[in-house]
Amino acid sequence: MFFQQLINGLTVGGVYALIALGYTMVYGILELINFAHGEIYMLGAYLGIIFFAFFTAAGLTAYSLPLSLVLTLVLSVTFCSAYGFTMERIAYRPLRNAPRLSPLISAIGVSIFLQNYVMLTQGATDKVFPHLFGDAGLTLSGARITYLQIFIIVLSCLLMLSLHLYVTRTKMGKAMRAVAQDKVMASLVGINIDSVISVTFIIGSGLAAVAGIMVAMYYGLVNYSIGYIAGIKAFTAAVLGGIGSIPGAMFGGIFLGLVESVGGSYLSSEYKDAYAFAVLIVILLIKPSGIFGKTTEEKV
Amino acid sequence: MRSLLIALWFSLLFLPFKGPLPSLILFVSLSFTIMTLVFLRGYAHTLIGHGGAMMQRIRSAKLFRPSPLVTRSLLLFVLMALPFFLRDYFLDVAILSGIYIILALGLNVVVGFTGLLNLGFVAFYAVGAYTYALLNVKLGLGFWQSLPLSLALTTLSGFILAIPALRLRGDYLAIVTLGFGEIVRLILNNWDSLTGGPNGISGIASPHLFGLPMGTLNRYYYLILGAALLTYVVVSRIRSSRIGRAWIAIREDEIGASSMGINTMRYKLYSFAFGAFWAGLAGALFAAKMRFVSPESFTFMESVLILCMVILGGLGSIGGVIIGSVALVVLPEVLREVQSYRMIALGAGLILIMIFRPQGLFSVGQRVPKPLV
Repeated sequence: MFFQQLINGLTVGGVYALIALGYTMVYGILELINFAHGEIYMLGAYLGIIFFAFFTAAGLTAYSLPLSLVLTLVLSVTFCSAYGFTMERIAYRPLRNAPRLSPLISAIGVSIFLQNYVMLTQGATDKVFPHLFGDAGLTLSGARITYLQIFIIVLSCLLMLSLHLYVTRTKMGKAMRAVAQDKVMASLVGINIDSVISVTFIIGSGLAAVAGIMVAMYYGLVNYSIGYIAGIKAFTAAVLGGIGSIPGAMFGGIFLGLVESVGGSYLSSEYKDAYAFAVLIVILLIKPSGIFGKTTEEKV
Repeated sequence: MRSLLIALWFSLLFLPFKGPLPSLILFVSLSFTIMTLVFLRGYAHTLIGHGGAMMQRIRSAKLFRPSPLVTRSLLLFVLMALPFFLRDYFLDVAILSGIYIILALGLNVVVGFTGLLNLGFVAFYAVGAYTYALLNVKLGLGFWQSLPLSLALTTLSGFILAIPALRLRGDYLAIVTLGFGEIVRLILNNWDSLTGGPNGISGIASPHLFGLPMGTLNRYYYLILGAALLTYVVVSRIRSSRIGRAWIAIREDEIGASSMGINTMRYKLYSFAFGAFWAGLAGALFAAKMRFVSPESFTFMESVLILCMVILGGLGSIGGVIIGSVALVVLPEVLREVQSYRMIALGAGLILIMIFRPQGLFSVGQRVPKPLV
């Protein structure tokens, strides 16, 4: 029973971690809570369903399921990255030097806009992702792990690993870390801040898109309002790990997934969504800098 | 050429959601709009110049500036006379506007005066409404007996949220208040034995005033008018008081304010509790008007709607916020046909206002706060 909850928690936690990475990267660089990030994840789930349905209708799925899945993934990630890029250009870039609350309010605007955009174009009813893998899976000491769960866990781990390598090993990753430390200094040594920020949004949105598709496959149902609650949970995960810290977001996401599935089965599942909020409030009150975060003093 | 590319970009983004034909339509209309905008931009300067000169002339003409006392009594007279001219439907809208005016003025104290973003304001509204509903239905207390309790409880909940939350900086505070709002809503939704869960509480009595039942729309309108006026007077008086000036100082520069000897923690606490107080009043009035409460009326979107009223009207501007609340209640009613586009327009509006007019649309004659770094 406990082991089962552990597996379920790990699956959901991997998804939270992928979304949380987007929050934490943007916050690390812009000190902005990208409120609309959850909506990008929702867009990803919708795009996944749309593209997969398109390929199924075109006969590609019948020809080769893996190919059609990979194409769905690639196309959705591309589109979500484009949405993330556009979002930053329209709603955040003009406000970069505005008072702190302005970009936050405009982010709420983006979030409402995207939610209703999807509701108007795709309808308010739930969308269904076809049940592809069935319940096939392995049984490990009494707990069941489906192939889909293995796929989700492995893919999230792979993506996190490659993000880690990207940030620590490549030139762009170095530039990102430099911008996160000090924007003015970074621009003085010739780093193009605007493009670094754009790349951050593109990567974050791409990861959120993958998370969206995986959730659509896992639960089979998608609704235009899923982004809000998932966004809050991922944000909690990011804060838990220390916002701005990439390993922190990974850890926070998995931890939150575990808390939720274990808490949901041993305590009350009615309040499942409230756990994230409670965890968030408690961390912010006790240790706002999170587990891996650095404390910063407010300066004049 | 550039405008064509921009239009193409957006149509491509739109493509998977609605298919090729609507995308094509979007492309054509977008490129047309952008080109028109680019074309107009060349003339914008002269246009604005003309408009500005016109405004100057209007302002300098003495004719348009009667004493504030005269305008205010005229306005009050018109408001008092409204029920004699309006149909029930419009009266209903007016009552709703009144409730939102109280809410928005309350939130304006927190967000506009003190500069603290509260995204869970609706929680206080819910506490006010449910307190009256429960006291009335379960204990049989009347409106005027429950009202003080309702107000006390909301103010107290303002304190309870604020004491820990205010240790946090701007955006973290926003998130904690959001979490608070959601937790309150989840409790209302799940504590079936007390709050009736998703079904809510019905059969709430409407108030009596001086022995007169206030159940009819006409009478209730006057009650709301009185409450809104009271809110207006108290809020605008307190803004120019010592407390109000301390709030504004905190908004402008917290470190500066504290080095001038303002106990920022205490004044922020006052601001939260004072804002919550008005939400409690609005909540009780709402419960009494609807005679029914359910968690559905207290979602995050409601918080956002109230926030939009404050931002649209102009953060910190009392007159602007009143106009903003009325506009956001009345507009969707007028534009019934495009109701479904209301929220999408609201979202886009928030972004546009933040970029082009952060001081709000209606903050006329207001000392515009200089943006902080």
